[in-house]
Amino acid sequence: MLEVSGLNKSFAGFRAVSNVSLTVDTRQIAAVIGPNGAGKSTLFNLITGHLRPDSGTVRLDGRDITGAAPHRICRMGIGRSFQRTNIFQKLTVFENLQAAFIVHRRRGRNFWARSDALYRDETEALLASIGLAGAENTIAGTLSYGNQKQLELGLALASDPQVLLLDEPTAGMSASETHETIALLERIAAERSLTLLFTEHDMEVVFQIARKIAVLHQGQVIAEGAPADVRNDPEVRRVYLGHGLVHTQ
Amino acid sequence: MGPVRAAIVTASDRAALPRRLPWTLIVFLILATVPWLGSRYNVFLAEQIIIDALFAVSLNLLLGTTGLVSFGHVAYFGVGAYVCGILMKTYGVPFTLAFPAAGLGTAAFALISGYFCVRLIKLYFAMLTLAFSQIVWAICYKWNDVTGGDQGLPEIPYPHLDWMSAVPGLTDLSIGDRFYLLSLVLIAVSLAVLHRIVRSPFGRVLTAIRDNPERAGFIGVNVRAYQLAAFVVAGAFAGLAGALYGIFSRGVFADYVFWSKSAEVMIMTILGGMGYFWGPPVGAAALVWLNQEITDYTEYWSFVLGAILLLLLFAFPGGIVGGIDTLWTRLRNTRRA
Repeated sequence: MLEVSGLNKSFAGFRAVSNVSLTVDTRQIAAVIGPNGAGKSTLFNLITGHLRPDSGTVRLDGRDITGAAPHRICRMGIGRSFQRTNIFQKLTVFENLQAAFIVHRRRGRNFWARSDALYRDETEALLASIGLAGAENTIAGTLSYGNQKQLELGLALASDPQVLLLDEPTAGMSASETHETIALLERIAAERSLTLLFTEHDMEVVFQIARKIAVLHQGQVIAEGAPADVRNDPEVRRVYLGHGLVHTQ
Repeated sequence: MGPVRAAIVTASDRAALPRRLPWTLIVFLILATVPWLGSRYNVFLAEQIIIDALFAVSLNLLLGTTGLVSFGHVAYFGVGAYVCGILMKTYGVPFTLAFPAAGLGTAAFALISGYFCVRLIKLYFAMLTLAFSQIVWAICYKWNDVTGGDQGLPEIPYPHLDWMSAVPGLTDLSIGDRFYLLSLVLIAVSLAVLHRIVRSPFGRVLTAIRDNPERAGFIGVNVRAYQLAAFVVAGAFAGLAGALYGIFSRGVFADYVFWSKSAEVMIMTILGGMGYFWGPPVGAAALVWLNQEITDYTEYWSFVLGAILLLLLFAFPGGIVGGIDTLWTRLRNTRRA
């Protein structure tokens, strides 16, 4: 479904992503892990069009999408959430999701219709599914941090993606919030037959839901495979020594 | 100043103010009575206010709705004034053609200049809009054969409004009063169209861009294309306001395109409240009125005006309409409690 090969990106001589290749199969839940600064977010930004790779290709369903603009990649079926919550802070929750529905359904060129009640049903259904039922009229920026993350997931889901990229979906969450989020992600991925690629620092979360793990270190993939194999990889153990990975057995 | 005060009360966009009364209709009707109830001076003030109101609302489509800070919006006002003025005076084209032509011509110019402007962000966008407006000003100032150069284009003819003599009640009105009524209707229609655009799905996408352009790209918005569309629409309506202004002031001069007018319309917009559709018209009314009142009393009017604006902006960070909205909400809440 998603196929990254030989991806390179340097910033002023620093190789943030170096010859990275990675495949995620349809409906697979895959994780990219690695220490801070390993290049995870850069990799995501390369896949979703925020950054243009120096070389290498990104394919979605066999189609070359390398270097396309973010809005095009979004329309082709990749949704994403961001590490730092990235929502429309000053709009209401309803307006947030409504904007996403309008764009996804190509209604944005309509100058004339009244938008007040447009996609209200769809929004309500989506809010219920991400656990935010009844929050329609709240200004998004006033939601709790965890709820903002849920809304951000909703924004990604409104465009009905095939592949969802989540950058640290549980960052900054309490243990119970993390558990809820994981349950939510698993349910939604199953309901919508999503292919999921996420980065995460919490190893418990990673080993709980990922069926495939790629380990990034200094911009390079040092291991890729099933969780059990990655866990026992000597190179991974060396990099992660004292980082919790070894203890999660 | 009845009309002005009524206009302030109409300000209901986002939330609280009472909606049962058709405020916009009431303000429209009050404004329509000015030729009968007011003096020639009142008509003059009212006409200036309604033209500036349209100009400021068109700017607010960029500033308040899309989050684009244009320092050169006067260029589009000016192009509209010149297109309409040149067509009517030099070529004898009737107003019914010259007026829409001003809108379309300005839209075309906004499409070209906007194409470059939306490629830049924030301050650089603002600087480029300013640069374009100075180019327009330089052309208007120097191109003697077409624009009249520093002499401008005096004596733009009024549209043919003789037909109004046949309308009962309008028979005795002067041509200036008749043109005021025509402007009022055209501006009301323009504002209704802009209001509709702001409330449309397109308008929703613009507000999303204003709030977070990066994220907007990631729900699938082609941010630049939408910004350009907003730029063209805003330019077209500024052009219509300019076309009316040229006829109203009996001439088009390079002064109209000078950058300080961009600052003036921005002050109107912010003073009235750029978070509200009816904010800019209120700001236009307040500024035009303050300008006149203070000029009557002191030669240091710009100093006094500056001080008043400073106070108002500190007292009402959301503009005049924002202040009224907050007060109203507070009043209603205390009444409920």
